Amino acid sequence: MYSYSNFDSDFVHSRVKEFRGQVERRLDGSLTEDEFKPLRLMNGLYLQLHAYMLRVAVPYGTLNGRQMRQLAHIADTWDKGYGHFTTRQNIQFNWPKLQDVPDILEALADVGMHAIQTSGNCIRNVTSDHYAGAAADEIEDPRPTAELIRQWSTDHPEFAYLPRKFKVAVTGSPNDRAVTKAHDIGLRMVRNDAGEPGYEVVIGGGLGRTPMVGKVVRDFLPKADLLAYLEAILQVYNLSGRRDNKYKARIKILVHETGLEELRARIEDTFARQCRLLPDVDPATLARIEAAFAAPDWDSRPAPQAPVVEAGLRSFIDTNVTAHKRPEYAIVSVSIKPIGGTPGDATSAQMRTLADLAERYSHDELRISHEQNVILPHVHRADLAAVYAELRAAGLATANIGLVSDIIACPGMDYCALATARSIPIAQQISEAFADLDAQRDIGPLKIKISGCINACGHHHVGHIGILGLDRAGVENYQITLGGDGTETTTIGTRTGPGFAYDEIVPAVQRLIEAYLDIRETAEETFLQTYRRVGLDPFKAALYEAEDAARAA
Amino acid sequence: MTQIIDSTGFIAETWPEDGVTLDFDNLWTGQDLPIEQPLAVRFEIGMEPENLSPWFHKVAMVILPFGTSADGRGFSLARKLRQLGYTGVIRAEGHILVDQFRAALRVGIDQVAISDEQATRNPAHQWLAVNHAPGYQAALFAAE
Repeated sequence: MYSYSNFDSDFVHSRVKEFRGQVERRLDGSLTEDEFKPLRLMNGLYLQLHAYMLRVAVPYGTLNGRQMRQLAHIADTWDKGYGHFTTRQNIQFNWPKLQDVPDILEALADVGMHAIQTSGNCIRNVTSDHYAGAAADEIEDPRPTAELIRQWSTDHPEFAYLPRKFKVAVTGSPNDRAVTKAHDIGLRMVRNDAGEPGYEVVIGGGLGRTPMVGKVVRDFLPKADLLAYLEAILQVYNLSGRRDNKYKARIKILVHETGLEELRARIEDTFARQCRLLPDVDPATLARIEAAFAAPDWDSRPAPQAPVVEAGLRSFIDTNVTAHKRPEYAIVSVSIKPIGGTPGDATSAQMRTLADLAERYSHDELRISHEQNVILPHVHRADLAAVYAELRAAGLATANIGLVSDIIACPGMDYCALATARSIPIAQQISEAFADLDAQRDIGPLKIKISGCINACGHHHVGHIGILGLDRAGVENYQITLGGDGTETTTIGTRTGPGFAYDEIVPAVQRLIEAYLDIRETAEETFLQTYRRVGLDPFKAALYEAEDAARAA
Repeated sequence: MTQIIDSTGFIAETWPEDGVTLDFDNLWTGQDLPIEQPLAVRFEIGMEPENLSPWFHKVAMVILPFGTSADGRGFSLARKLRQLGYTGVIRAEGHILVDQFRAALRVGIDQVAISDEQATRNPAHQWLAVNHAPGYQAALFAAE
């Protein structure tokens, strides 16, 4: 995986020094809070409900054991002994003190990490497929592209003060695990008819208060033209995106109001100029990036033949293990969603266990998924039993990946200044209501996603069951959407009707799932397939008829 | 009053007293250009730099407005002017942070003009302390 060049290292250390100076100038008054705000945001520092929050970038979700161990060290030294993995493949620390933040950033820089551009109105940390480099269905590893975009977008002088935040995601696989169509720019690696590599470019996707599925602006962009095309999209957006209303400032609104054809013409026009003027990317840099993502030295042991395994391991393998591009290897997803726990929260001890396991069993690689889990991408099948045993000892062996309790939830009103309702307790209660993992396996693949406000950090629009917590005259109220999908067939879920109170929402979800179990044709028909077959009505009946009957009685 | 700053720190006004500063509309609406030289053009933020290109050779300075430090359109306007071939002076006028100075110079802005109030709050040594290290883009586009 990519390791920092001298340039990278000098750069992040000089950014730490610069930020240290900015904190000093804020404290001595030569920077106003209004002036300091964009600067701290560009270094990942938010002011939250109770305290500052530092969001650390895990570029395209990839990190090694040493880096994970440093995150544990930061959690222990400057925070409360844990961190929170987010839906954008980042990690957040919820309790840092302003004066400690430069030291935390220094500790990150020491292991080739940073918090640059994890917030603010700039190009954010680029995200990618958490199975990149390991997935059996991959056309091409998206990480070299993601790393190239990281370098290009970092500290870009033209695009640091955009109308609004700007998110880019890349996938190298036809099965989109990076939700690319819900990003400002989504890149899908494809081949043209001549077999040449390139990208399908999607713009204007996004969730939030105006959810939109991205539209294809270019169906084939040759690989070498990527940065010139990105420069063109960003320049058009920077000059024409709305700045009068922050809720209408994302590029999706520009696409919607300008029309795709007109915007495409402007982008192509700017692209033609960029192509003429922008020099090619230095081939030595490109080669260095490509080489950094070369496959590890695979272990030559054969896969065990028909191994006899105990039941716990059997169900762990069924649920949390995915096919690797090499048959003797496997991808292991470690659930950070223990029954009744806070989705995405990991203790420093768990981080150290994961770091150890990565170094010993996964060629020193870890991934953070946007579903708030941690991946060991390259585990030899002969080591699965050992990995499972150690995960179990650390409380990390919950076999619920992709099931009803593998819930995405934003921090919600427990942490976030924007939230209008709690989300973590809802996730915990749903997870407890379906605590029996065998019953969860019977229900099958089901994505529940919970957001505590309209900004949709919990991706509820693309949940098979989406839950949106709102404030109705001081009382929490939870709306349900059904049929959302964040894959290559991205769909925004449909609202079922009136919302539910805090103590009604979990029973409502239970009624939905009971209805599904009644209606499904076979045990293999998933919740989403059933919903697509029968539509909203039977689920609406399950949600509201019992209530109506009660009211009529 | 304003304070002019370039890469050497606080400097005196560089624009000669007999120079002429016009709004872009004066050029665009086809009026005769004044005989006096040099000529500066004040842009409005929503304008298209391409529309100035017929006059590039006659314009010694373009003044770009920076209304608030959060409005980054000036960075794109400056870079676009340079990409289109404008070689005169570009001045950024308005609210530009010390922390935006490096980016401003990197997109082709030569000097900034800030209010005296801001100049008092952000004295010359803060501007001189800005680290002008080259960025990733210079390394990536080796020929740029």
